[in-house]
Amino acid sequence: MFLAEAASGVVPGTGGGVWFPPQNSTIAKDVDWLFFYVYWLSVIFFFIVIGSAAYFVMKYRHRGPNSPKADHTFTHSTALELIWTIIPCTFLVPMFYWGFTGYMDLRTPPAGAYEIRVTGMKWQWLFTYPNGVVIDKLLVPKGQAVKLTMTSEDVLHCVFIPVFRVKQDVVPGRYTNLWFNATEAGEFNLFCAEYCGTKHSDMHTTVLVVAPEDFAKMLEELDNKRPTETEAEWGKAQFAKFGCGQCHSIDGKTGIGPTFKIDAEHGFGSTRKLIDGKDQVMDENYVHESILNPLAKVRAGFAPVMPPYQGRAKDKHIKAIIEYMKTLK
Amino acid sequence: MSGHADSGKNYLNESHGIMSWLFTLDHKRIGIMYLIGVTTMFFMGGIFALLVRTELFTPGPTIMMHDTYNQMFTLHGAVMVFLVIIPSIPASLGNFFLPIMLGQKDVAFPKLNLASFHLWVVGAIFFLITLATGGLETGWTFYTPYSSTTTQSNVTSAVMGAFILGFSSIFTGLNFIVTVHKMRAPGMTWFKMPLFLWAIYGTAIIQVLATPVLGITLLMLIVETTMKIGIFDPKLGGDPVMFQHFFWFYSHPAVYIMILPAFGVISELFTTFSRKEVFGYKFIAVSSLAIAFLGFLVWGHHMFTSGQSKLASTIFSAITFTIAAPTAIKIFNWLTTMYKGDIRLNTPMWYALGFLELFGIGGLTGLFLSTMATDVHLHDTYFVVAHFHFVMVGSALFAFVGGIFYWWPKMFGVMYNDTLGKVGCFLAISGFNITFFPQFIAGTQGMPRRYFNYLPEFQIYHQISTVGAYMMLIAFLTIGYCLVSSLFSGKKAPMNPWGGATFEWQTPSPPPMHNFNYTPVHVGGPYDVHLYEYDEATGDWVKKPEPKKEETKEPVVAAK
Amino acid sequence: MSQTAAAQGHGDDHGHGGPHAHDPHLQHHFDTMGQQFEAGKMGTWIFLATEVLFFSGLFCAYAVYRSNHPEIFVYAHHFLDKILGAINTCVLLFSSLTMAWGVRCAQLGQRNGLIVCLVLTILCAFGFMGIKFVEYSHKYHAGLLWGAKYNPDLDELRKASGTGHGDAHAPAAGHAKAADAHDAHAEGEHGHKVLTPAEEKEAAELRAAAPKNVNLFFSVYFCMTGLHGIHVVAGIILLTWLLVRAIKGEFGPGYFAPVDYVGLYWHIVDLVWIYLFPLLYLIH
Repeated sequence: MFLAEAASGVVPGTGGGVWFPPQNSTIAKDVDWLFFYVYWLSVIFFFIVIGSAAYFVMKYRHRGPNSPKADHTFTHSTALELIWTIIPCTFLVPMFYWGFTGYMDLRTPPAGAYEIRVTGMKWQWLFTYPNGVVIDKLLVPKGQAVKLTMTSEDVLHCVFIPVFRVKQDVVPGRYTNLWFNATEAGEFNLFCAEYCGTKHSDMHTTVLVVAPEDFAKMLEELDNKRPTETEAEWGKAQFAKFGCGQCHSIDGKTGIGPTFKIDAEHGFGSTRKLIDGKDQVMDENYVHESILNPLAKVRAGFAPVMPPYQGRAKDKHIKAIIEYMKTLK
Repeated sequence: MSGHADSGKNYLNESHGIMSWLFTLDHKRIGIMYLIGVTTMFFMGGIFALLVRTELFTPGPTIMMHDTYNQMFTLHGAVMVFLVIIPSIPASLGNFFLPIMLGQKDVAFPKLNLASFHLWVVGAIFFLITLATGGLETGWTFYTPYSSTTTQSNVTSAVMGAFILGFSSIFTGLNFIVTVHKMRAPGMTWFKMPLFLWAIYGTAIIQVLATPVLGITLLMLIVETTMKIGIFDPKLGGDPVMFQHFFWFYSHPAVYIMILPAFGVISELFTTFSRKEVFGYKFIAVSSLAIAFLGFLVWGHHMFTSGQSKLASTIFSAITFTIAAPTAIKIFNWLTTMYKGDIRLNTPMWYALGFLELFGIGGLTGLFLSTMATDVHLHDTYFVVAHFHFVMVGSALFAFVGGIFYWWPKMFGVMYNDTLGKVGCFLAISGFNITFFPQFIAGTQGMPRRYFNYLPEFQIYHQISTVGAYMMLIAFLTIGYCLVSSLFSGKKAPMNPWGGATFEWQTPSPPPMHNFNYTPVHVGGPYDVHLYEYDEATGDWVKKPEPKKEETKEPVVAAK
Repeated sequence: MSQTAAAQGHGDDHGHGGPHAHDPHLQHHFDTMGQQFEAGKMGTWIFLATEVLFFSGLFCAYAVYRSNHPEIFVYAHHFLDKILGAINTCVLLFSSLTMAWGVRCAQLGQRNGLIVCLVLTILCAFGFMGIKFVEYSHKYHAGLLWGAKYNPDLDELRKASGTGHGDAHAPAAGHAKAADAHDAHAEGEHGHKVLTPAEEKEAAELRAAAPKNVNLFFSVYFCMTGLHGIHVVAGIILLTWLLVRAIKGEFGPGYFAPVDYVGLYWHIVDLVWIYLFPLLYLIH
C-alpha cells in the first residue's frame, strides 16, 4: 500500500508558512525561532558577500588596455582579518548556545510524562500503552507531556514527527527516547527517518492528538473489536495493523513470507514442510506460536526473518487474525 | 626560448602506445589517466542520479520499484564519493601540477604514484563487479546492522572496493606530503608556495591520517558480514552505533579532503584573474591546516539523533562552530582580492565567482546543522541532502571543473572556446541551483531522505528539482563538448594564456616530459602576477623587463 | 638544495660516466642521494603512522567493549595461554634485535652479518606464526571462536571458571587429551567428545554461570591478532625480498635504505604485539 493512500487523515502543511509545517508542540516555536535566527544571519551575510562580489566585478572589471592596473600592494591586513573573524564569532556563540539549550530541552523529558513504548521493525511501528493496549497509530492526549521509549526489533529506524520538530533513532539492543507535548488536536505524519531497506519510505504512520478526556476511551476502542464487527473483520484490521501484509500476501503471490491464500499447501489448514524436513499443519497452535516466536518452526524455502510479536500481539489479536485467515479462500 | 620548446616533444607525444601510459612513471600522465577515470565514473554516477530524480518526479512509482530505487541512490552516492570526489582534484590536478609548481621533475615516489592509480582502477572494478552481482542498497554510509545483515545486495564486494580505494588515497597523500617537505625548488620556502599546494598538503595530511580508520572500519564490516563476528550485532553483544562513530571519524575529515583542494583552486583563480596576489596569503595558508586539524574533532555532528550522549553532542557542536572561522576567512580574503583588482572574466573566473554563491549557501546551511536543536528536525531530511550537494557538487565539483578549465591549456596545449565555456558554466550553476534549492524547503517541511515513495504535498519540490537535474545534464554535455572539441580544433595555447605567476606557467604548454628545460629557482613573492603583461601578438603573458634599480640578485633562470 | 647542479640542469644527459657520474641507485627525480634517503625515510614514517591508525580502530573497539563489559574480558582471558603469548613476545623482541643488528650490518657493509640477521629475523617470524597456528587450532578444536560459533567445550568452561585441571595450560597436553578423547569417546562437533549426562549438567551450569556474550572477546581477539598476523606475513615477504638483495650484495654504506625502512616496519609490527599481549593475555 503506497504512502499516498495511507495518509488519509493528515492535513498537509497548512499554517506553517513556506519553510515549516505547523508548530504543533510546545517546543516547535523555539526550534523555528532558532532556525530563523540562523536563517536571517545567513541571508544577510550571503548578500553582503554576493553584493560585494558583484560590485567589485562591475567596478574593477578589465575594460581594455586603458583599464587601471591592479593595486598589487594591498595584499594583507591583520586588522581586517581580525575584524571579519571576530564579528561573525559574536553571532556564532549565541547560535551554539541556543542550539545547546534547545537540544537539552528536546532530550530531557519532564518528570511525570506519559510513557508509551514504541517498537520499530521492518516496516511498521507498534505502540504499546501502559495498560497493555497495542495499536499501530500513536494516540496521544493534547497538552500533556508524552515520552516515547523506543527500541527496534531488527535494524536502525528513526521516529520523526515534523510538526513536533522531534526526531530520535530507534536502535536494536537498547532503548532511546524522545518526548513532546502536543498543542493542537489532529492527525499528523510520523515518518521513519533512518534507511531500513525496501519499504523504508512506506514505514509511515500517524500521530493522533485528541482531547485528554477522549484519550483513554479511544485507546480502548482502537484495540477492541467494535460491536458491529465480526471476529474475522476485526482480524483483518489486526492483520493490517501488525503489518503482516508487508510480507504475507492474501492473493497467492509469494513474498518475503508465504501467502495465506488457502490452497493445498498454503493458508490456514494446509500442510507444509518445515526447514527441518518435518511436516506441519497450519492450525491454531501453529499460527499462535509462529506469531509470538516465528523462528521456532520456519517453513522450508523461506528465510528466518519474521520479527517476533511477543508482548505486542495478544491472544485476542491472534484469535481474530486466525478467524480472518480462515476466510482467505 | 631554448631549443627544447620548439622540438614539439612533450609528455603527451614523448612515447606512444597504451602500455607507455598504463605503466608510466610520469606524474602528468598519471594525472591525465585519473582525470579520464574520474570523469567516466562521474558520468556513471550521474546516470544513477538522473534515474533517481526521474523516479522522484511523481510520488509513487514512476519508472522503477522500491528495491531498484534503493540501489540507485546508494550506488549514486558510493560511486560519487569514493570514485569521483575524493580522488578528483588531488589525483588529477594535484598529481599533474604539484611537482611542477614545486619546480620538480616528479613526485617523491613515482612508482607508488602509479600503484595508487592502479589501486583506483581495481577499486573501480570492484564497484563494477558489485553492479553486476547484486548491487548495493545500504545507502553509501553502510550503517549497521542493516548493511551487515541484508541479503539483497553484494555489500562485501562494494566494501572491498571502497577499502582498496582507501589505499589509493593514502598512498597519494603520503606521496604529496613527502614531496612538499623534501622537494621544493631553490628559493621556495613554505610561505612562497602557491596556495593550491597548501591546500593539497592539508588534504594529504587528512588522507593519511583519516583513511586508515575507514580501512579498519570497512574491514570490520566485511568480517561482520561474512563471518558474523558480532561486533556490530546487538544480539551477540555488539554495538551498532559504534559503527557510526568509526565511519564518521573518517567520513567527516573526508569532506575536507573534498573541499580543501577546491579552496586551493579558487585561490589560484582569484589571484590570476584579478591580476593581483590573493589577499591574506598567510591566513589562507594556515586556515587550510586549521580546517584539516579541526575536521578530525567533529564527526559526532552527524549523530545528534543517534542516541549518543548529550555531552558528546554538545562538544561536537561546539567544535564544529569553530571551523566556521577559518572557512569564512577564506571567503572574505577572496572577495578582497578582487578589490582594486583588474578583473578578467574568462571561464575559470566565472567558476570562481559562482563558487562564492554556491559555497556561500553550502557553508551557511552547515550552520543550521551544527546547531543542535535545529539539527534534530533537519537530520535525515532533504535539507541535509541539499546542504551536502551544495558543498560537494556546487563547491567541490564545480571548483574542480573550474580548475580543469584553468589548467586545460597547460595540460593539452590548446585553447577552448571561452564563450562556450561560459555557457556551460552558466547552465551548470543555474541547473544546480534549480535542482537543489527547493530541496532545502522540502527538508524543513519534513521530507525524509532516501524515500522512494513520498506524500503528495512534497511533489512540487521534487518536480522542480528533477527539471534542474536535466538542465545539469545538458550543462555537463556542453562542458564536455567544449573541452573535448578543443583537443581537435582548439588554437595552440601559449605558455601563459592567463598571466599566472606560478611555475607551471613558465614551462611550455604542454610541458616536456621532465617538466622544465632547466630547474627553476623561485624569486619574489608567491604570486607576482603584476610582473606580467599581455602580449597581443602572441596571446601570451610575458614577464616585464626588470627595472634596473629593483631586486638584487636575479638569477637569469626565471621565465622567458 | 645544491644550486650549481640545479642551475645547470641535466637536460638529456643520462650518461652515468664523466664528471656528473652519480650513484646508480639515485632516482632521476631526486637531486642527491641524501634527498632521496630522507624522502624515503619520511615516507616510511608516514606509512607507519597509517598502520598505527589502522590498528587503532581495533584498539578503540577493544577499549569500548572492555569498559562496557569488563566481566567478559576478565572471564575470557583465562582461555588464552599466557605462556605461549609470552614466548611469542620474546620471539618478536628478539627478532627486532636481529633486525636492528641487520640494519647496522648493512650500514657497515657486512654482507654476511646482514644475511645472518635477516635469516634469523625471518626464522623468528615463522616461529611466531607457528605458535599462533598452535594457539588458533587449539581454539578451533575447543570451540573458542567468534560470534555465534562460540561454543566452548567442558574443559575450557572449567578452566574459565577456575575448576580446570592443572595441566590445562599446555595445549600440547590438551591436544593429547583431546586425542585420547577421540579414541575413548564418540566425536561430536569440532572434535568435542560426547559428554556423559553428569558432564552435560556440569557444562550447562558453567555456561549459565558465565557472563553473556563472551563471544565478543573472541571476536575482538581474532580480529586483532589476525590482522597482526597478516602484517607479520607481509613482513616475512619483505624480509625475504631483502634477503635476496642482500645475497646479491646490493647493500653497503652508500646504500642501505631498504633495509632501514623494512626495519622500521618490522619494529612497528613488534610494537603492536607488545600492546596486544598485555591487553589480551594479561587481564586481571
